[in-house]
Amino acid sequence: MSQPAPPLPAPPLALLAELTHRCPLACPYCSNPLTLERAANELTTDVWRRVLSEAAKLGVLQVHFSGGEPLIRKDLEALIAHAASCGLYTNLITSGMALSEARARALADAGLDHAQLSLQDTDAAGADLFAGSKDTLAKKTASAAMLRAAGLPLTLNAVMHRGNLHHLEAMIGMALRLGAGRLEVAHAQYYGWALRNRAALMPSRAQIDRASEIVAAARARLSGRLVIDYVPPDYYAARPKACMGGWGRRFLNVDPVGRVLPCHAATTIAELVFENVTEKPLAEIWANSAAFNRFRGAGWMPEPCRSCERKELDWGGCRCQALALTGDAAATDPACALSPQHDEMFAAAQAESAAPAPEFIYRRMDGA
Amino acid sequence: MNAAGIEASGRPALARGVKMRFDEARQQWILNAPERVLVLDEIAHAVLSRCNGEISINELCRELALEFAAPQEIIQADVLEMMSEMLHKGYISL
Repeated sequence: MSQPAPPLPAPPLALLAELTHRCPLACPYCSNPLTLERAANELTTDVWRRVLSEAAKLGVLQVHFSGGEPLIRKDLEALIAHAASCGLYTNLITSGMALSEARARALADAGLDHAQLSLQDTDAAGADLFAGSKDTLAKKTASAAMLRAAGLPLTLNAVMHRGNLHHLEAMIGMALRLGAGRLEVAHAQYYGWALRNRAALMPSRAQIDRASEIVAAARARLSGRLVIDYVPPDYYAARPKACMGGWGRRFLNVDPVGRVLPCHAATTIAELVFENVTEKPLAEIWANSAAFNRFRGAGWMPEPCRSCERKELDWGGCRCQALALTGDAAATDPACALSPQHDEMFAAAQAESAAPAPEFIYRRMDGA
Repeated sequence: MNAAGIEASGRPALARGVKMRFDEARQQWILNAPERVLVLDEIAHAVLSRCNGEISINELCRELALEFAAPQEIIQADVLEMMSEMLHKGYISL
């Protein structure tokens, strides 16, 4: 007798479309992999159009155009227009470094629903230091004004770490001044480049506690004016975050060369083989790819996850972090206090945050 | 003003960057907002599909009272509470 086919997974909600790894900035906590893809290997406009159509048909509701810097792609407007024609909610994740008034208007005219602009610091010297570039703050504040003038709703994304957390209040003030409706206060997440730079970025427990207080007070004070999303750093947490809302549950990422990933850091897990949109339909990859099924649901979990009552809340935390810190992608995420490695992780974070910060290793095309 | 901190004379609209649509794949109404998707039940859909910036919460509740054959005072209390939460989370503007 043949086995019944396994049930299809629920469709994904969001697609992260990483159009390119090219970027004018060199942030030492970049979420791109350590090995970056060159322009010659990037997917063509036609393939991206097909991916967007397939994503919408599969049940994706939102597409995030990201990179690298997606503005570097000259077909960005065409891809936004195509996504909008498929009914997708379109979000642009940008550094804002190469924006012009005409381009901002073209993005809005193409049907862009929302823009998310990164901000490295509220202080010009700090912003340049953390972006590994020049004149970043002035260019970014000008870009914010261009996006707003084009009628686009704006989120500021502020990656926070030991070097800029003392400017959190100023960051909230800047979000208001720039007309953002939303601010993401996102502590650096330590994979890839940020893991390389962990000692230079890791805040102290006292800095985290102060940041949490500032966010709580600002949320109450600015209710109805500014939405603040807060992503705490899990090194100091007792329970892991539900990374990506669970592996292969809500989210997929197509990288610049077409690989389909369950998260943007998944290529760090060398045991996984990722399928490519140039070879298979997106729906087939979502449902059947061994990489997606490897950690989907709760069946793969070891103890103490397997018998944990929170296993379908946090979905075992982050696989990339488990690999980076324990050497085993299937281990309990050390962010969880029930992990045997948790105390070691916490102690390492405290020691690094108390020691002088080393120099940054900047994100470069030729690797760290 | 009332306990929810919102005037019933206010004219709510979906906030900039927030869009309502029917999600064919899951057969439900949703709100798309920056980095968030909110699933709407029948009542939430009935309320939010009237948030066009032109009709007041008062008028909106009068329509709902007729549509759902329920007392307007009870509907209004629920709607004001919902509006307060939606405003705080950035889904609507007033």
